Order: sequence, then C-alpha cells, then structure tokens
Amino acid sequence: MTEHLIQLAYIGSAACFVLALKWLSAVPTARRGVLTGVAGMALAVGGTLLAPEIVSYTWIAVAFVIGTVIGVPMAMMPMTAVPQRTALSHAFGALAAALVGTAEYFHRAPGIDRVTMGALGLEVLLGFLTFTASLMAFGKLQEILPTRPIVFRGQNVFNLTVLVVAIGCAVTLVVRPGTTWAFFVLGGLALLFGVSLIVPIGGADMPTVISLLNSYAGLSAAAMGFVLDNKLLIIAGALDGSSGLILSIIMCRAMNRSFTNVLFGAFGQVQASAAAAEQRTVRSATPEEAAQIMQAGSLVIVVPGYGMAVAQAQHKVRELYDLLSKQGVEVKFAIHPVAGRMPGHMNVLLAEADIPYDRLVEMDEINGEFPQADVALVIGANDVTNPAARHDKASPIYGMPILDVDKARTVMVIKRSMNPGFAGIDNELYYGDRTLMVFGDAKAVVAAIAKELSGPSGLH
Amino acid sequence: MTSALEVGLYVFILATFLGIEVIRRVSPLLHTPLMSLTNAISAIAVVGSILVAGSEQSTLSTVLGTIAVAASSINIVGGYLITYRMLRMFKKSAKGSRS
Repeated sequence: MTEHLIQLAYIGSAACFVLALKWLSAVPTARRGVLTGVAGMALAVGGTLLAPEIVSYTWIAVAFVIGTVIGVPMAMMPMTAVPQRTALSHAFGALAAALVGTAEYFHRAPGIDRVTMGALGLEVLLGFLTFTASLMAFGKLQEILPTRPIVFRGQNVFNLTVLVVAIGCAVTLVVRPGTTWAFFVLGGLALLFGVSLIVPIGGADMPTVISLLNSYAGLSAAAMGFVLDNKLLIIAGALDGSSGLILSIIMCRAMNRSFTNVLFGAFGQVQASAAAAEQRTVRSATPEEAAQIMQAGSLVIVVPGYGMAVAQAQHKVRELYDLLSKQGVEVKFAIHPVAGRMPGHMNVLLAEADIPYDRLVEMDEINGEFPQADVALVIGANDVTNPAARHDKASPIYGMPILDVDKARTVMVIKRSMNPGFAGIDNELYYGDRTLMVFGDAKAVVAAIAKELSGPSGLH
Repeated sequence: MTSALEVGLYVFILATFLGIEVIRRVSPLLHTPLMSLTNAISAIAVVGSILVAGSEQSTLSTVLGTIAVAASSINIVGGYLITYRMLRMFKKSAKGSRS
C-alpha cells in the first residue's frame, strides 16, 4: 500500500516538474512555475519519507536544518553574484549524487549486477568531476582563482589520459564489481579531471561552462535513478540535463564556437599579439557632451556587458533610463546571449535595477533597429560589439554573431582605458568615425551623464 | 520481457525529448531563472540521499547520506527561493508612458 502511495507521489512530482519548466517559458506564468516546482519537490520528499527502509529520521532532520540554514542566505545574494552562486550550487548537487553513489557502492559492492554498476560508475564519475569543476568555476567567478586561462604544454593529452584511465576503472568495476581500489581511483581521477578541465577556461567562456555543468549535474542525478531504479530521478535528471544542453548550445552558437573549442581551446592566449602594432586615433567625449547628444535623439540603445556588472553601474543606468524616458527619448537595451558570466545574466541585473523587462531586447530582434538609433551606448561590453566578427577572417572572433552597434548614428563607448578586453582582441569599433569614447569608470560616467540630464535643460 | 534498464532508458529518452521541447520555448530573458530552477529540480538527488541517510546500513552510509541530504537541501531551499526572488524583479513598464 505504502509503495503505491510513494509511486503516486513520484508521478505527481514528475508532472509538477514538467509543468514548472513549461510555465517558466514566459514572465507572466513564471512564478506559478516556481511554485509548481516547489510542490513537485514537496511530493518527492514527502513520498520518500514514507519509505519503509527508513528506520531513523534523526540525521535526515539534522541535514535538512543545516541545508536550510546555508540555503537561505545563498538565495539572498545580489544579482551580480548569481553566476558564482549557481556554480556553487551545481557543486552541491553533484556532491550529493556522488556521495549517494559511493554509499550505494560500499553497501552493495561485491553482489552488484553489471548494469547497476555501470550506472553507478557513471553517477560517481559525473558527480565527482562536476563537483570539483563547479568549485573551480566558482573560484574563477568569485576571483579567488585567476580568471585568465592557465595553460601548459600537453594539457589536452593530460586531461584525456585522466579521463581514459577513469573510464577504464569504471569498466573494471563493471567486470569485477568487487575491485574496491578501482572505485577509489575512479573517484580520485574524477575529482582531478574536474579541476584540470576548468583550469584552461577563461572568464568569458563561463556561460557555456556553467550550462555544461548544469547538464552534468542533471545527468548524474539521472544515473542515480538507474542505480536505484527510480523513474522520478531519471525524469528530473533528464529534464535538467536537456536544459543544460540547450543552454550550452545557445551559448556556443552565440560565440560561433564548438564545445571542444570552448573546453580545449584556451581562448585569448594565442591571438593577443595580432592587432597591437598600429596606433590609430580615437575621438573622445565628456559625459556632458554625451548627455547632450542623447537628449537630442529619439532612440537610444544601451548595450550592457560584464563590465557594467563589475562596475555595479546598473542602478545608475536605471537613473539614466528614467531621465531619458521622461524627456521623451525612447531607451532600449540590447542583450547579447553571452553578455555577462552566465546565460541571461544581464537580464536579471537590469531587472533587479527595476528596468522593465519589455525594454530588454534580444540580439536578433534589436539588430534591425540600430540603423534608426541616434545613439548606441556601450557600457562594459567589448567583443560582442566588434565589427571585425563580420568581415575580418583573421580575427579570432570572426563569424561570431554580434550586436550591430556600429550602424547607429552615434556610438558611445564607456571604457576605463584603451586596454583591449578579456580576449585581448582590439575592437575596431573604437576607431570608427561615428564613435565617441567616454573614458572613465562605468558607474561614475553614467552617473555624470545622468546628472547632466537632470540639470537645467532636463528640468521640469 | 522488458528489464528495469530498458524501462529506465525509455523514460530517460522520452523525458529528454520532452525537456528539450519545453525548454526551447523558454524566453532568453529568463535563462538565469531557468538555470536556477533546473538546479533546484536536480536537487531531486535528495530522494536517494534520504534513503541512504535514513536506512542505517552502516556508519559510512549514514555519514555520506547526511552530507548528501544537507547538500541537496541547500539547493532545494536556495534554488527555489532565489528563482522566485529573481522573477519578482521582472516588471513590465507602467502603462501609458510617464512623460
């Protein structure tokens, strides 16, 4: 009887998860989606607690309390810290899967059948490698670790060897489940592989990497479902896995790169030397001049990038948005899919700053509007605006879809100095004859422009 | 006769295709909340963690299980809360512009 009740709860839970993701597709229904997800999780946990195998609830209760105490503050972080937080929670999810796999192995070891052992090997491999990889990603995003890619000779060979040996151990375990040493080696190598996989990856590739880790965490949960013969785990894991996969594909496309290139390419190392040589002139403008030009226009398109997040300029950008809107200037925001450090990062930042979400426009939609724009204001974005991606076959970012900022009547770029951006690629946009550079810290410059706008001429 | 593995694979394949279809429709505007929500959903590992933590097979499995329950409940609590918080921030512009 209880068994049927548990299965019923699990079926309900699986349905809730699917509906939750379906309702998340658009803003008006999204909150309902989250609540449905909560209901699904409640059903899953409630059903599991009924299981007759459970003889003691003490440690479960203790663990729930610990989880809540850590989980609540982790949910209260500012939106600038969301990429780090996400990486960290991928680490926790993967750790849970890996530890459950380990416990299952030692509980059932010699008598475990081959199919289960195969799934268990996969669960532990994915779990441990995602755990350390996510911690590394967290370290890089939090800037505890250097964000530049770290490369050494023979890196790819080294990584591949580690992975192959780890898989070899998993195969050994499938053939002889009793070989405990192979299990330890598998776990150890998976942990090592997670670290060595992320070491050569730079900050700008983090959106892809985080999506990929999201996918792995889901797949290890699905593998756990095969070990425990639990369909709910398989379904939830598969949903998570496919979500991560889709996001990684979108991110890769937005950079015109392949998975292998992101994981093994160590972007921004080799190419740095190319453009440095020639000196070209740039035109610069003061915030006051910038304000006057914007005021005179009718459409301003703001192009935010990671630099805006670093400078914490989003609230000042919102002031600018308010002032311009009040003076009858239409303001839109052009969002490149890989702007920021995780998919959708710019959207949550700007939403947090109270900018209405219908002002945030995706790349494909906004690109047609740049020719009509009086001003394109680039704040902390670089490579996603570089026209070289369209025509310069020698450029490392050639072929990457970009925001057609250079087609606006006036382009304003807020930038601290002329130093090239993350990837070390010079941006020819800065030398264009319609481009005005406004030098300074993004937050300070936007604040100065806003102050000018609210001054005498903007008075009412 | 279909084995548990085969049934499992059917479920996995169908859920993956369903996932791809549903998630493809998610607006890029909401990609960050999508990731934090799927992160909370993948904390479904809590099911296995609870079974391991509560069944008193050995000290080892109780310890590992307890850590696993703690780790997944961080994601459950934190994941749903932050997703909800994010979504509350998404507001439409006020009707009838404020000029």
